Amino acid sequence: MKIAADIFTIVAILTGGFFFLAGTVGLLRFPDTLTRLHALTKADNLGLGLVVLGLAPQTGSVLAGLKMILVWLLVLLASATVSQLIARSARRHGPHP
Amino acid sequence: MNIALNLALILLLLALAFWTVVARETFAAVAGFVSYGLLLTLAWVALSAVDVALTEAAIGAGLTGALLIGAASRLRKTEAAARAERPGPATRVLAAIVATAVAAAIAACVLLLPDPAPTLAPEVARNIASTGVGNPITAVLMSFRAMDTLLEAIVLLFGLLGIWSLGSDRYWGGRPGLAPVAEPNGILAYMARVLPPIGIVVGIYILWVGADYPGGKFQGGTVLAAMWLLLMMSGLLDAPAVSQRWVRLALIAGPAAFILVGLLGVFVANAFLAYPEGLAKPLIIVIEVALLPSLAVTLTLLLIGPPQRAGSPP
Amino acid sequence: MSAPTLFGLCAAVLVGFGLYGLMVHPQPLRKVLSFNLIGNGVFLVCAVIARRGASAGFGGDPVPQALLITAIVVAFAASALAVALMLRQFDETGSSSLSPEVAPAPAKSPAKGEA
Repeated sequence: MKIAADIFTIVAILTGGFFFLAGTVGLLRFPDTLTRLHALTKADNLGLGLVVLGLAPQTGSVLAGLKMILVWLLVLLASATVSQLIARSARRHGPHP
Repeated sequence: MNIALNLALILLLLALAFWTVVARETFAAVAGFVSYGLLLTLAWVALSAVDVALTEAAIGAGLTGALLIGAASRLRKTEAAARAERPGPATRVLAAIVATAVAAAIAACVLLLPDPAPTLAPEVARNIASTGVGNPITAVLMSFRAMDTLLEAIVLLFGLLGIWSLGSDRYWGGRPGLAPVAEPNGILAYMARVLPPIGIVVGIYILWVGADYPGGKFQGGTVLAAMWLLLMMSGLLDAPAVSQRWVRLALIAGPAAFILVGLLGVFVANAFLAYPEGLAKPLIIVIEVALLPSLAVTLTLLLIGPPQRAGSPP
Repeated sequence: MSAPTLFGLCAAVLVGFGLYGLMVHPQPLRKVLSFNLIGNGVFLVCAVIARRGASAGFGGDPVPQALLITAIVVAFAASALAVALMLRQFDETGSSSLSPEVAPAPAKSPAKGEA
């Protein structure tokens, strides 16, 4: 049972790390602000969700797992708000280097 | 944490610090500094200092980052003039030599630290039962070194007085910051309606749990300050005029309660800030509950700066 | 070489970077950034000393760690004061230069303060 939980953790965290890597590649390779924001928010939020999911079997209690999911939801809220604000500013002032 | 993880963390820290020093644009340097602050949080965790990690994440990376980003965006026009003043290669070489010498001296001190290391941990463990709290850092901050915490609260007030004295004479006692651009249906206003209830609960929880687990009033106060800053930035609340009585009472309530408890110790337990037998935990709770709102108000006002508008309501 | 010693050497390099940045950059904001780097390096050395003092069931000596919390908060207050000074100088003279050769611009009209 512990082996199954550990394998699940490793697979989920590796997949999450791959999504973070994809988001960073998008940040470096996409041509302008709006596409970079798209790559960052989508890939990074999914990556964080997978990492949280992977860590959930390793915590001792249900409460700690719920706290981690709350952290993930707050990060979703913050990154969605910030990316909308950056996109609005980029559209208004033109792409800033 | 094993050696490979620590090494990777150290290399990233050094790379980000290097970027902060050599980046051409100030805004890029500030962005590097904020990420460096967040990585430093992991370094504190690697050194088993979880309370310090919480404080670094909240104040070192969060509030200092917000402060520097605001300053960098306001000073953007001076970039070109500043670039004209850059020093020549001779100064750079001299600066590099001095910096390397100082770094080498500190590295030598680190390598020559005494072994076994002197420590006060057994003393703390022996006396922690008398304070009634389980977290040794809270015990040190609020009981064994309570004088330092009191002076820190007063230093924050002095810093705030210094910032207020930098406002122009016309707006003395007025409202800090520029007038809010209120966009009541915007996304920032949405977040400012959703997040503060959660943030207030989290902030008070961090204060309460600091008695036995990592946490405490500095970290909790910073979360409360961040919620108030969010409300002001989104335009839902305006910055308070600093001459208002509730602002000034909120600022001094915490340190005043601390000093009163200290004087109580003079009369009852023969020393300033000594706690009478058995009353340590309740007195610590009184001080922390009084300091939490004062700290939140002080940190917020430190961040938003001196008064720049008239204080009378529009 | 143990982990705390590695972090101590990292702290020494950070202080070196910060000192170089403090001496080389003319803008006050970059100097404040470098000064924070120096401060964080010193805090790291203190945390290394705390970690080496781990005993009696604690992960680190609590006294230096508590002093570090105080230090981080006070460093923020000092940075806030420095930034307020910079911004006031910018508002009054239009430049943030520390050089004595840059003549301050005549005092601007007070209407600029309104948003």
